[in-house]
Amino acid sequence: MRAIHRKLWRDLARLKGQVAAIAVVIAAGIMVLILSVTTLDALTLSKDRFYDSHQFADVFADLRRAPEGLAPRLEAIPGVNRVQTRIKAPVRLEVPGFQEPVRGMILSLPDGRQPDLNRLYLRRGGLPESGRADQVVISEPFAQAHDLHPGDRLTAIINGRLERLIISGVALSPEFIYQVGPADLLPDYQRYGVLWMNRRGLAQAMDLDGAFNSVLVSLRAGAIEAAVIEALDLRLAPYGGIGAVGREDQVSHRFLSEELDQLRVMAVVLPTIFLGVAAFLLNVLMGRVIRTQRQQVAILKAFGYHDRDIALHFGLLTGLIVVTGTLLGILLGSWSAEALAGVYAEYYRFPEMSFRLRPQVILLALAVAAGAALLGTWRAVRQAVSLPPAQAMRPPAPERFRHSLLERSALGRLLSQPTRIIVRNLSRHRFKAFMSMLGIALSGGLLLLGSYQFNAVDHLLDIQYRLVMKMDLHLSFTDPTPERALAELRTLPGVQYVEGYRSVPVRLVHERRDYRTVIQGMEARPRLRGLLDADYRPVHLPPEGLLLTGYLAEYLGVRPGDRITVEVLEGHRRTLQVPLAGTVDEPIGVSAYMERRALNGLMREGPALSGAWLMVAEYEQDRLFERLWEMPRVAGIGMIDDAERQFRDYIQDTVLVMMGILLLMAGSITFAVVYNNARIAFAERERELATLRVLGLSRSEVNWVLIGEMALLTLLAIPLGWAVGTVFAWLLNQALSMDLFRIPFVITPATYAFSAAGVLLAAVLSVLLIGRRLARLDMVSALKSNE
Amino acid sequence: MDEKREVVFLARGVTKTYLMGEVRIQALRGVDLTLHAGELVVMLGASGSGKSTLLNILGGLDHADGGEVRYRDQDLVRADDRALTRYRRHHVGFVFQFYNLISSLTARENVAIVTEIARDPMSPEDALALVGLEDRMDHFPAQLSGGEQQRVAIARAVAKRPDVLLCDEPTGALDSRTGIRVLRVIQDINRELGTTTAVITHNAVIGEMADRVVRLADGRVQSVEDNPIRKSPDQLVW
Repeated sequence: MRAIHRKLWRDLARLKGQVAAIAVVIAAGIMVLILSVTTLDALTLSKDRFYDSHQFADVFADLRRAPEGLAPRLEAIPGVNRVQTRIKAPVRLEVPGFQEPVRGMILSLPDGRQPDLNRLYLRRGGLPESGRADQVVISEPFAQAHDLHPGDRLTAIINGRLERLIISGVALSPEFIYQVGPADLLPDYQRYGVLWMNRRGLAQAMDLDGAFNSVLVSLRAGAIEAAVIEALDLRLAPYGGIGAVGREDQVSHRFLSEELDQLRVMAVVLPTIFLGVAAFLLNVLMGRVIRTQRQQVAILKAFGYHDRDIALHFGLLTGLIVVTGTLLGILLGSWSAEALAGVYAEYYRFPEMSFRLRPQVILLALAVAAGAALLGTWRAVRQAVSLPPAQAMRPPAPERFRHSLLERSALGRLLSQPTRIIVRNLSRHRFKAFMSMLGIALSGGLLLLGSYQFNAVDHLLDIQYRLVMKMDLHLSFTDPTPERALAELRTLPGVQYVEGYRSVPVRLVHERRDYRTVIQGMEARPRLRGLLDADYRPVHLPPEGLLLTGYLAEYLGVRPGDRITVEVLEGHRRTLQVPLAGTVDEPIGVSAYMERRALNGLMREGPALSGAWLMVAEYEQDRLFERLWEMPRVAGIGMIDDAERQFRDYIQDTVLVMMGILLLMAGSITFAVVYNNARIAFAERERELATLRVLGLSRSEVNWVLIGEMALLTLLAIPLGWAVGTVFAWLLNQALSMDLFRIPFVITPATYAFSAAGVLLAAVLSVLLIGRRLARLDMVSALKSNE
Repeated sequence: MDEKREVVFLARGVTKTYLMGEVRIQALRGVDLTLHAGELVVMLGASGSGKSTLLNILGGLDHADGGEVRYRDQDLVRADDRALTRYRRHHVGFVFQFYNLISSLTARENVAIVTEIARDPMSPEDALALVGLEDRMDHFPAQLSGGEQQRVAIARAVAKRPDVLLCDEPTGALDSRTGIRVLRVIQDINRELGTTTAVITHNAVIGEMADRVVRLADGRVQSVEDNPIRKSPDQLVW
C-alpha cells in the first residue's frame, strides 16, 4: 500500500471520533430519506399489487334494488370492462364472549366461488361451499380482534332476522384494506367487521331474490371514468341509485390515498430538511477537518506532491466517510422503514408488505452526501494548496485582533485574560463563529422539528375530545327517524342528556372543485358537539346557510356569502344552492354544518333525525347498551372514549413513531455537530492552550478558554435554533394538513425547552469528552511540534 | 575552491517582501549567490537575516519578488506552480528545523511517501540505514527522539537521491551531541553521494565543516568565505 494511503487510514483512525460524528450526520440524513421513501414505496407497491392481483373495481355504485337483468345493460356502457353485481347489507353481530355491540357489513359472493371483481385473498379456510346459506368468510382483522377461526360460530341480525353462521374462512379484500365503519375515521376491529356469504342466502334475508343493491365495475384501458359514472347513474337512477363513485371516493382507497399523500409529503419535506442540514454541516465539518491539516498539505507539497494528488488524498478521506455514513444510513433506514411499515400493516391490511430498496434513492442519497462533503473538502483543500508551501509551513502569522466593543465597555474591564481571549477569538473569527453557531442552531432546529408534534398532538386531541366531541355516546339510526325518538332515549337507564342530529350525505361543488362529505344538522347552540372558531370559542349555527370546516372552505375556494352547489345523495337527490354562512376550525375530519331544522327544510322533510348524542352515567352503561341493542332503529353505537383512545393509538403508532425516529436522528446530529466543533476548536488551539499552561495559567483557566467559547456559542445558538426549528415545524405542518386531521401549529414552551435541553446535553457530553484531552495537554510536545 | 565546477544555483539581485500580520517584512534586499555542484555551503545569519527565505526560494517553496534565480538552466522566478512542484519532486531534498514528519506514518512510511513519487529513489530501508536508523524503521515519530526524528527527515530528504539537499536549521531543535550526529549524516551524504548541500544556521561553529560559508545579514549577502580546511563534525564544539 502506498504510504499516502496508509496516512489516509491512520488519519481515519486518529480522527475516529470526528469521523464517526460526521458519518452520523450523513447517516441521519440518509436514513430519513430511505425511511420515508421506502415506507411510501412499500405501501404503494403493496397496494398496487393487491389491487392488480385481486381485481379491485374502478367504479362502485349502491342502489335500492335492481333486477339482475339490468347487468347486461350496464356491461354495454362504453368503457366498461366487467360488471359484478352483489348484495350489500348492514349487519349486527353477536360474538361469543364479547359484550358490546358489534356492527358490520355483509357482502354477497357468487355461489361457491370468487367474484369477478374485488376478489378475496383467503388467509385461512375456504369460501362458503356452494349452496350453503350458513357459512361466512370474515375479514382478517375482525377475526384477529376476536380470535375467531374457521369452524367458529357467530350470530348475525340481518334485516331484522337472526341468522346463525359458521365461519368457513378468513380473508382480506382490496375493498377493505382500510376497514372502517361508515362515518368512522379509524378502524375498530372489535366493533366493526366485514363478512361475505353466498348470494342466495343473503338475497333471501334481504328480500333481494334475483336482484342486487350494489354493483362493481371495472374500466377498459383508456375509458373515461366520469363518463362511465354518468352513464351508470343514469341507468341506476330508476332503481334508487345514490350515485356511483370512482376509487377516489371509495372509503378504503380514499384513506389509503390520504396516508400515501401524507407520506409523500413527508418523503419530500423531511429528507429535504434533514439532508439539507446534513449537507451544510458536512460541508463545514469536512472543511474544518482539512484546515487542521494545513501543515501536512504543505509538507506533501514541499516533497513535490501535485495539488491533484493532495486533493485526491483528501477526496478519498471524505469519500470513505461518506460511504460509511451512507451505508449506515441505508442500514438504519431500511430497518426502520420495515418497522414503520409493520406499524402501518396494522391499519392497512395487505396480503403482504412488499419491500424494495430502490437503487435510484440510494444513488440520490449518495450523490447529495458526497456532493456536500466533497464541496466542503474541495474548498478547504483549494485553500490549503493555494498557499506556497513555505508560507503554509510557517506557523500562521499572528492574526489581526482588535479590541472588541465589549472590551471597550465598562463591563470589559471586568473580563479576565482568558475571557478576553474568548471574546477576541469570536470577534476575530466572526464568520467561523457564526457557522459554528448556525450548525448547532440547525441541529437544535431538527430537535424541535422532531419533538413538536408530541405536544401538538396532545393539543389536537384535547381540542377534539374536550371541546368538540363532548358527548359520551354517539348513536346512528338506520333511517331518518322522527324527533320523538329523543323522548324514548331520555327514558333509558343512565341517560342524562340527549341531543338529536340529522346527517345527510352530499357532494359539495364550487366551480371546479367538489368534495363528498355529510352535512350535519344540529341545534343552533349544541351542547354535546362543539363548533369552534380559530380561537376555540364556540360558534353558533345561523338559522340559514352552511358552516364549513375552514380546511374544506379553502379547498373549495369559497368565502362566506358565496353560494355552494349541494348535491344531496339521499332521498330526493336534488341539487340545491346554499350560501356559506361561515367557517369553523376543527382539527379532525372535514364536515359541513347547518341548523337541524334548516337542513330538514332543505330535505323537504319534517323534523327528522339521523342519530343522537348522549351523555350517560357510566355505572348504567351495561344496562343502557342492552336496551339500545334491542332498538331496531339503532344502527350503530359509538363510544367517544374508545374513539379517543383509537385516535391516540393511531397517531402514536404512525406519526409519533416516525417523529420518534426523527428525534433520535436529530439528537445524534446535534451531538455530532457540537462534538466536532469542540474537537476542531481544540485542534486549532492546542498550541495556544499549551503555551498558556507554560506561562503559568491554571488548568481550569486554560480549560475555560475552550469551554467558555463553546458555552457561549451554544447559548447563542439555542434561540437561533428555536427560530430555525419553528420554521421547519411550520413547513412540515403546512405540508401535512389533510382531510383526516390537521395537527395544530402549536409549539409549547415544553418543546422549546426540550430543544434547548438537547443542545445543552450534547454540549456537556462534548465538553466531558474534550476534557480528557485537555487534561492530557502536553505542554512540551505541543510547543515543539509543528503539526 | 575550483571555480570551474558546474554551477547549480545562480541567484542575482533576489528580493522578497512578505506580510506578517500587519507588518511588511523585506526579507531579501538583492541577494547574489552562486552554488556549485557537490559543495557543502553553510549560510550563517541571525534570526531575520533572510536565510530561511532564501533557502525556501532556492528550494522552490516560495517565489522571489524580483531578481533572477536559476537552478541549472531552469528559471525559478518565472516557473509556475506545476513546474515548481516538478522541480521539488525530482531535484530537491528538504530538512526542516522541526522535522515536519507526518505523525500518522512510521519512519519507513515517512520515507516511502517521498520515494513513491521519485524517479530513481533508494529504498526507504537503505535511506534509513544511511542515517543509522535501520532498527527504528517501524516506529512512529512520537516514539523517536528529536535526533532520530531529524535523521528520519534527512533520510526522507536524501532517499530520492536529490541533486540538492537543503537543510533549514537542522540542528536547531537538538542538543549539541545529537546535533553533531545529524551533521555527520549530512556530511556523509554530501561526500558519498556528491549531493550539493546548503545548510542554514545561526550557529557559526557549523560553518567550520563547510566548503564555503555565506553570511547573510539584513536581507543581503555580507560575505562569502572559502573554508580551506573542512573540519569533521566530530571536531565541532558548541
